[in-house]
Amino acid sequence: MGGFPILSLMLLVPLVGAVICLLAGERAARMVALVATLVDLGLGIVLWVNYDVGGAQWQFTERLPLFAGFQWAMGIDGIAMLLIVLTVFLMPICILASRSITRRVPEYMATFLFMELLMIGVFAAQDLFLFYIFFEGGLIPMYLIIGVWGGDNRVYAAYKFFLYTLLGSVLMLVAMLWMAHEAGTTFIPTLMAYDFPPHAQTWLWLAFFASFAVKMPMWPLHTWLPDAHVQAPTAGSVILAGVLLKMGGYGFIRFSLPMFPEASLQFVWLIWGLSMAAVVLTSLIALVQTDMKKLIAYSSVAHMAIVTVGLFAFNTQGLDGAMIVMLSHGVVSGALFLCVGVIYDRLHTREIARYGGLSINMPHYALLFMLFTMASVGLPGTSGFVGEFLSLIGIYQVSTWATAVCTTGIILGAGYMLYLYWRVAFGVQRNADAAAMPDLDMREWVMLGALGLAVLWMGVYPESFLAPIRSDIAALDARIARAAPVSDSDLRTTAPKAARGEAQ
Amino acid sequence: MDFAGSLSLIVPEIVLSVSGLVLLLVAGWAGGKANRLVTILACAVLAACFVITAPSVCGGAMGAGTHAFGGLFAADAFAGFAKLMIYAASGAVLVVAPAFFGRYGLMRAEFPVLVLFAVLGMNVMVSATDLMTLYIGLELNSLSSYVLASFLRTDERSSEAGLKYFVLGALASGILLFGISLTYGFTGTTAFTGIRDALDGHMEMGALFGITFVLAGLAFKISAVPFHMWTPDVYEGAPTPVTTFFSSAPKVAAVALVARVSLGAFGPQAEAWRQIVIFAALVSILVGAVGAIGQSNIKRLLAYSSINNVGFILVGLAAATPQGVASMLLYLAVYVAMTIGSFVVVLMMRDAEGQPLEAISDLAGLSRTRFALAFCLMCLMFSLAGIPPLMGFWAKLVVFQAAVNAGLFVVAVLAVVGSVIGAFYYIKIVKVMFFDEPADTIRGRSDWAHWALLAISTIAISPVMYLVTGWLTQLADKAAAALFLVA
Repeated sequence: MGGFPILSLMLLVPLVGAVICLLAGERAARMVALVATLVDLGLGIVLWVNYDVGGAQWQFTERLPLFAGFQWAMGIDGIAMLLIVLTVFLMPICILASRSITRRVPEYMATFLFMELLMIGVFAAQDLFLFYIFFEGGLIPMYLIIGVWGGDNRVYAAYKFFLYTLLGSVLMLVAMLWMAHEAGTTFIPTLMAYDFPPHAQTWLWLAFFASFAVKMPMWPLHTWLPDAHVQAPTAGSVILAGVLLKMGGYGFIRFSLPMFPEASLQFVWLIWGLSMAAVVLTSLIALVQTDMKKLIAYSSVAHMAIVTVGLFAFNTQGLDGAMIVMLSHGVVSGALFLCVGVIYDRLHTREIARYGGLSINMPHYALLFMLFTMASVGLPGTSGFVGEFLSLIGIYQVSTWATAVCTTGIILGAGYMLYLYWRVAFGVQRNADAAAMPDLDMREWVMLGALGLAVLWMGVYPESFLAPIRSDIAALDARIARAAPVSDSDLRTTAPKAARGEAQ
Repeated sequence: MDFAGSLSLIVPEIVLSVSGLVLLLVAGWAGGKANRLVTILACAVLAACFVITAPSVCGGAMGAGTHAFGGLFAADAFAGFAKLMIYAASGAVLVVAPAFFGRYGLMRAEFPVLVLFAVLGMNVMVSATDLMTLYIGLELNSLSSYVLASFLRTDERSSEAGLKYFVLGALASGILLFGISLTYGFTGTTAFTGIRDALDGHMEMGALFGITFVLAGLAFKISAVPFHMWTPDVYEGAPTPVTTFFSSAPKVAAVALVARVSLGAFGPQAEAWRQIVIFAALVSILVGAVGAIGQSNIKRLLAYSSINNVGFILVGLAAATPQGVASMLLYLAVYVAMTIGSFVVVLMMRDAEGQPLEAISDLAGLSRTRFALAFCLMCLMFSLAGIPPLMGFWAKLVVFQAAVNAGLFVVAVLAVVGSVIGAFYYIKIVKVMFFDEPADTIRGRSDWAHWALLAISTIAISPVMYLVTGWLTQLADKAAAALFLVA
């Protein structure tokens, strides 16, 4: 691609689209938003195709010293590339899913396009403060999306989302300022190779943890998530679950692990402890939910915990797994929220009890819903299995206890997802209005079908997604190897095996 | 430096005072007929001063060549930077004032003249390098301000604001004078350089009292906690264009003055006053944030917001480094843009008859009735809250950066947490405008001048301005270097 600034172009397209949307009428705004997101999807595909697997670590780089104190530095590795592709893949679907939005459409579309800009920016930024600007800027559009187009209790949810995440992030800002002072640079690749003194790492790690743990979200900092999800419009939930939650995981991969390996080891008990608690507790909470969106929101917390245990396993399998879980969860939870949205648009309730037996009158819907339920459970052949399996392999090498607890959580996950599916799709048709709902239309088929294909692709041939990140994960693994925790059970028992062999 | 050289350094001040006097004569001669003419001429005078001052800022004037009248006055880049902001803010006030006072039939040619004299006082304040010059400048500005606060003579609230401002301002001046006399008594001089030499190394207890009282007196002027009590009342009572003025130009002047006094005169004893400044900064941030939460009047809310912002500026001062001073100036520049923008929106809040509205509830659902207005105010509020990508974030960033680089890590953390509390009421305004059902009380039309000012300030806080941050930082660095060279 030479020196063509494709990343800047990917940021420019939604920006221009947003401005046009603000000035346009309702129909035109829908059209413009769809076109802009599709153009970005096209650019994303170009990005993926031209990404040189096994090439330079940072590709498509751009560096312009435009600002005081920091610079316009863009560039991606495989990890960032896949997350950008996930973003641009979900965006057109979100725009399509916003058909039911009828109030203030131009502003809605403009906000979404602005959101897309910021999300791509987060993954593409190579400068500390540029990253922060994109990372934190996302609060504004999300606050508006929840607050203006959300459900009944939207104001409370919007406040909670905004202040919760802001408080987490500002501490990270102070840590960033200290790092820039200490290392004398704000360039992320340089910082990733910089060895901060271990005693300072502790504090820096905690400051970053405050931000990423809230964004992720990790138990017990997750309480903003169910509220935000329940109140947000369908497309808002898709973006929230699909991409925004990935920023926390991306932050751990990009900052916490490579920049503070010693501190990461120091706090590994915290991460494991919180993750174990999250997997079990939020799964149990999900079991008793009567609101579909809340149930899926709690399942997101549980899945994100699998990501964190994978990340803090300090080995290749764990890191690979965490990445795949993030991608998979982005697609699957997005799809599940869309599935909720599809029936919500028809009946205007998220109460599970108001549905039932939908497989009779909505067989196509039931089929796709089944696929995503299975992917969420982690059935082999779907994307969920690949990620969770790799993550658990990773963590098993260092902590059998954490593995045991997390696996329990996955069993519980199967419990609440299947229970949800049973109540919604099977059984008798208790409610006449639910029984009269029409099956999927063309638009819904396109949205859910595309996501379904992605789920199957990731599940059957994950190599497509593992190849681009292989060298980056290997580099990260080499970077943090010096701090890797000691395994609690000696799995590589080569010496005793050899001894046994001799005895025989 | 000879007398002619000194005079050449105070050209802007000469222009201001002469034109102020001439315009006063014109006003006296022509009466109400000349309102428009005098206002326009006053704007032109400010523009001329801007042009005269600009080269010293761009060129980074510093050193002995900028000292006039044997060290009473310094026309360096630091003073220049502050003066440019003062001119811009005062010019904006003159643009919006006639429409406001015109509705009451109370627009008088004295208004622009008073503003010119206040600007002259502020110019002297930021250039003062002697405690005497400092006091003269401060009083000239204050006396003009007292009259301006009660300019809406027939309005009780306005008169009350003027009286309150006067009584408390006089008290502050007294405290300041007491501090000045203590300082003089223990150092034997009123010149900043002399005080600096006397304080180098050992310091008498009396001199410490002097520093404390001087800073307390000045804290009144910048409305830093615990000397902030007058701010909400005066801001609420004063006519809105005057409130716009109070919250922008004099604040710039007073902050610049505080910086010059503490780093110039009291520079060697930075450890002594730093604790005062840190305390005032953190408490201002907290009180400004918490106090604003319960407000229902937008002018009172903005008053607390300005207290909050002063806290952040003082964090830059606490760093006591050239970077800290540069960050203060940059924060001030962004703050002026945000304040002017916010108050222009307040001025544009009028009902169908043109009566001004001040309740936050009047903003309800503004995004549906007046989208452009709501959009601009939203940007300003997010910017004041320090949310990226708006410029308010960058202002906070440079201040925190200076603090962290100066080793004030804990202060930065506390300030940053305080900014989250502050964010609450800023996003409350956005909530009222965007989430609530329209109150539809704001129906008045505004003239193009208001819209132009609002557009300029919104663009000034938009992410586009990141492109000029490099240039701005250069200017601010030069200005800060000038201050430290004097010091």
